[in-house]
Amino acid sequence: MRAVAIGVSLGGLEALRTLLGALPAAFPTPILVVQHMAPESSDGLAMILNTVCALHVKEADADETPQPGTVYLAPANYHLLVETDGRLSLSVDPPVNYARPSVDVLFETAAEAFGVGLVGVLLTGAGSDGSRGLRTIQQRGGRTLVQDPLEAVADSMPRSALALLKPDAVLPLSGLASRLLQLTQYSTHSTPRPTRPA
Amino acid sequence: MPSPGVHHVEMHLLLEGVFQVYGHDFRDYAEASLHRRLSKWLTESRFSTFSQAQGAVLRDPAVFHSLLTGLTVNVTEMFRDPLAFKTIREQVVPHLRTYPSLKVWVAGCASGEEAYSMAILLEEEGFKDRYRIYATDVDPEVLEQAKAGIYPLKELQRFTQNYQKAGGRAAFSDYYSARFDRAMLEPRLRERMVFATHNLAVDAGFGEMHLALCRNVLIYFKPVLKQRVLSLLDTSITPGGFLCLGLKEGLETTEWQRSYEEVVARTRIYRKRYA
Ligand SMILES: C[S@@+](CC[C@H](N)C(=O)[O-])C[C@H]1O[C@@H](n2cnc3c(N)ncnc32)[C@H](O)[C@@H]1O
Repeated sequence: MRAVAIGVSLGGLEALRTLLGALPAAFPTPILVVQHMAPESSDGLAMILNTVCALHVKEADADETPQPGTVYLAPANYHLLVETDGRLSLSVDPPVNYARPSVDVLFETAAEAFGVGLVGVLLTGAGSDGSRGLRTIQQRGGRTLVQDPLEAVADSMPRSALALLKPDAVLPLSGLASRLLQLTQYSTHSTPRPTRPA
Repeated sequence: MPSPGVHHVEMHLLLEGVFQVYGHDFRDYAEASLHRRLSKWLTESRFSTFSQAQGAVLRDPAVFHSLLTGLTVNVTEMFRDPLAFKTIREQVVPHLRTYPSLKVWVAGCASGEEAYSMAILLEEEGFKDRYRIYATDVDPEVLEQAKAGIYPLKELQRFTQNYQKAGGRAAFSDYYSARFDRAMLEPRLRERMVFATHNLAVDAGFGEMHLALCRNVLIYFKPVLKQRVLSLLDTSITPGGFLCLGLKEGLETTEWQRSYEEVVARTRIYRKRYA
């Protein structure tokens, strides 16, 4: 696996704390996250998550090449995209599904860039952002995971995904964490250990 | 569905053709968002692949024009990122006052909101007739909107909030008159503004700017084009002058890092050092 992409909206802070908090610092791929938020939000989310995660959490910068063991959050008011060479980019294109950042934008571009090397994870949220993107990930041969709607704070994002595709698994957060470890451990023995910028 | 590889090859061929026939150069624009916009245009067109569209795009200016409209992103607002304007007001203006006449360049001004925001700010800071704002964009259509200075009334609420957060000194309603669903900015704001088409990817720079704003334009460019544009901006800014980029566009990790100093950390407002 080359990357994990996560989309989440309402109820996201708790969900991300639980899910990302359960992953080790040596997680073998980068993790890209779109959490819906108000346009003027600060980068406070990265700070909060850093205190509860072993992983390194940061706001995504344009042109950076994502590193293993690092979580990249879409900045407020920007879409987060993946270029075909695997680098990240940002845009202020109009909102998609009323959202900027939009989960579909991340999922669709990441699917294009990573193909079978991508795991897409759709978590709690209102609305339907992320469904189409998750389907694209599946069509490109990537793996797809959806949070169990019964556990989700807001179940409409997971439910609309389930109406559109049959994902590889529907699991509660704890199950998602172990599934991510399973999926990424496979075929990643040659991935270098995470390096952090000084 | 064609494999993603084929899709990208087709996109490159189309962009190459567009450049050769029309001179519009999108070849060094960041591809992921460009590809999304192109694909959206394609689904709304009568063609099913870029290859199929190519003939029509290259031969029929009307089809090319619709493609161009689909490709450009002109999203903007007045006093976008209010803290940036507050910082200009508080930290940059005191230096700008020292110039007998001030030259400001708003590069990639879209429909003009950013340039009018600067005009309001400078008026309020007492620059009166001692400044000129050069507002440029590659897209002649948005420049027409910029010249008109007329915006949908429903956006004014957001502009007003931004203006207040940016440290505005008056009532924002002083600056426009509402008519039906439109708001027209005070024509006097335009008196010291010059609008011109300018392509950052190919045209030469402007001389002796004391402040250049180029916000949310560089994120659309590949690193090689970013380099070119930063170099162009740099040659246009006078020593001791200022450069204001978008909040996610920094000089850090570029070769200009050393010749500029950020005015306040993470505002992306930089001052050019004296040699
Ligand atoms: C997202 S808008 C940013 C508007 C404004 N600066 C702001 O931050 O709100 C990007 C603008 O850059 C312009 N642009 C794109 N490529 C350009 C180029 N090569 N030269 C000049 N302007 C360009 C577009 O036409 C568009 O109006």
